[in-house]
Amino acid sequence: MGGTVDPFIINLTVFVLAIFVGYHVVWNVTPALHTPLMSVTNAISGIIIVGAMLAAAPAEMDFGSLSGFVAVVLAAVNVFGGFLVTQRMLDMFKKKK
Amino acid sequence: MSMNQVALAYLVASVFFILSLKGLSSPVSARRGNLFGILGMTIAVLTTLSLTRNWMLIVLGIAAGGSIGAVVARRIEMTSMPELVAAMHSLVGLAAVLIAISAVHNPVAYGIAAADGTLHGGSRVELFIGTFVGAITFSGSVVAFGKLSGRIGAAPLVFRGQHGVNLILALAMLGFGVAFFVTQDWTPFLVMAGMALLLGVLIIVPIGGADMPVVVSMLNSYSGWAAAGIGFSLNNAMLIIAGSLVGSSGAILSYVMCKAMNRSIINVLLGGFGGDSAAAGGAAGAQRNVKSGSPEDAAFLMGNAESVVIVPGYGLAVARAQHALKEMADLLHEKGVKVRYAIHPVAGRMPGHMNVLLAEAEVPYDQVFEMEEINNEFSSTDVVLVIGANDVVNPAAKVPGSPIYGMPILEVQKARTVIVVKRSMAAGYAGLDNELFYMGKTMMVFGDAKKVVEGLVKAL
Repeated sequence: MGGTVDPFIINLTVFVLAIFVGYHVVWNVTPALHTPLMSVTNAISGIIIVGAMLAAAPAEMDFGSLSGFVAVVLAAVNVFGGFLVTQRMLDMFKKKK
Repeated sequence: MSMNQVALAYLVASVFFILSLKGLSSPVSARRGNLFGILGMTIAVLTTLSLTRNWMLIVLGIAAGGSIGAVVARRIEMTSMPELVAAMHSLVGLAAVLIAISAVHNPVAYGIAAADGTLHGGSRVELFIGTFVGAITFSGSVVAFGKLSGRIGAAPLVFRGQHGVNLILALAMLGFGVAFFVTQDWTPFLVMAGMALLLGVLIIVPIGGADMPVVVSMLNSYSGWAAAGIGFSLNNAMLIIAGSLVGSSGAILSYVMCKAMNRSIINVLLGGFGGDSAAAGGAAGAQRNVKSGSPEDAAFLMGNAESVVIVPGYGLAVARAQHALKEMADLLHEKGVKVRYAIHPVAGRMPGHMNVLLAEAEVPYDQVFEMEEINNEFSSTDVVLVIGANDVVNPAAKVPGSPIYGMPILEVQKARTVIVVKRSMAAGYAGLDNELFYMGKTMMVFGDAKKVVEGLVKAL
């Protein structure tokens, strides 16, 4: 024993635990809100913008940072579009007055 | 910011994402949930921005993409939600592929390679996985978008040896992935990505229109796994957590949809259903008598009832009759009739679609019930009004040997009177005749859903 843990193992730990959390949280979502669930997960999967920003990060523009920049634009569509359309839908769900 | 601070900020953002999904457990907390999601995303983006050197350009990129997203979110019709969702899945897939390309181009910048640019072995595998999942998500979602928006035919495209072709392609893709692992060369990487793109197309083309709710959910799941895969490649916990949340959410929705249609996920994926059904519906040859009536007759029945349950199907949304229906329900309510709505899980084109369409027509959500909640109530209901729905109320699902045997249905046949609004006697997606239409207690009102409902409003 001894030494450091491989980052892959740490990633795997996070991955497995996150799936469990996701599984339990999503089963509690009411079926009536499954469409907003899908649009909000669209927005959340826009988190890939974090990877895209890192790819676009180097100061000098080259092929790698350019594809990162394009990915930033694409992911931003999801982030804004996803959250806004979810908000728009949820605002429609009203109780009887 | 130190990397520790970054990691902590990502942890906070992840907690907000979990709270965001948790909020959707009820319409009351859902709006706050969405705000949590926005907060989490803001934290994640600002934190990451502090790590970049050319933040101006990146903010410009976010503004450009963000304004497109904002305009689309404002303009999109609620009936077109499935297309929008499919389009958004494709963007995540494409972004994943682009990031992987960038990482292969300059691995040292991501700290996933030795100083001489040799990728770590594990990183090569992760990049391979991130790329092919992203590529399949991208091309599969483009095809799904095309089918949903009617740009390409919704009928399943099946050909002989299809599964064999897919299998060979998948194996070849794996082979090139191994070649990339060994050589860290562009050629096998790009060939592998190209094959994954082709595979994405081939996986979705054989799936028919009726199965689209499953496909949309499945691609939702893939888009999450693509983000998580890129998280592994870049050693980024934020991407892994958010990606896994989305991935498991999509997987659960796929399962829910499959169960509601009484199909196994394998069965859906192998495709060829939901389109060739016309051939199976040959039994409709013999003429049988149905009782048909006018909107006035239907209005009379409902006006004198104590309780009415409305079963809307997608035909209602196609005819854009939701608002007229709401008006009719209000009139009944004024007469003291108890009005409720019953929603089958596959009533719309995606999970929960019909609930949104009714909410848009300002139907209060506490009048809208899910199948399990209302099935026991039909036996004490005076009148059921079925509009634009067919298979989901077909009692054949209770008859062993029927092609839809075992499919959960709304048990409207237990109500005292059933009124069915339909354009014609044509069969539904499953291509089956519906015994419900021939029952003595059933009255058919033929016509366009919107015209009929407007007729009902007038008669009331």
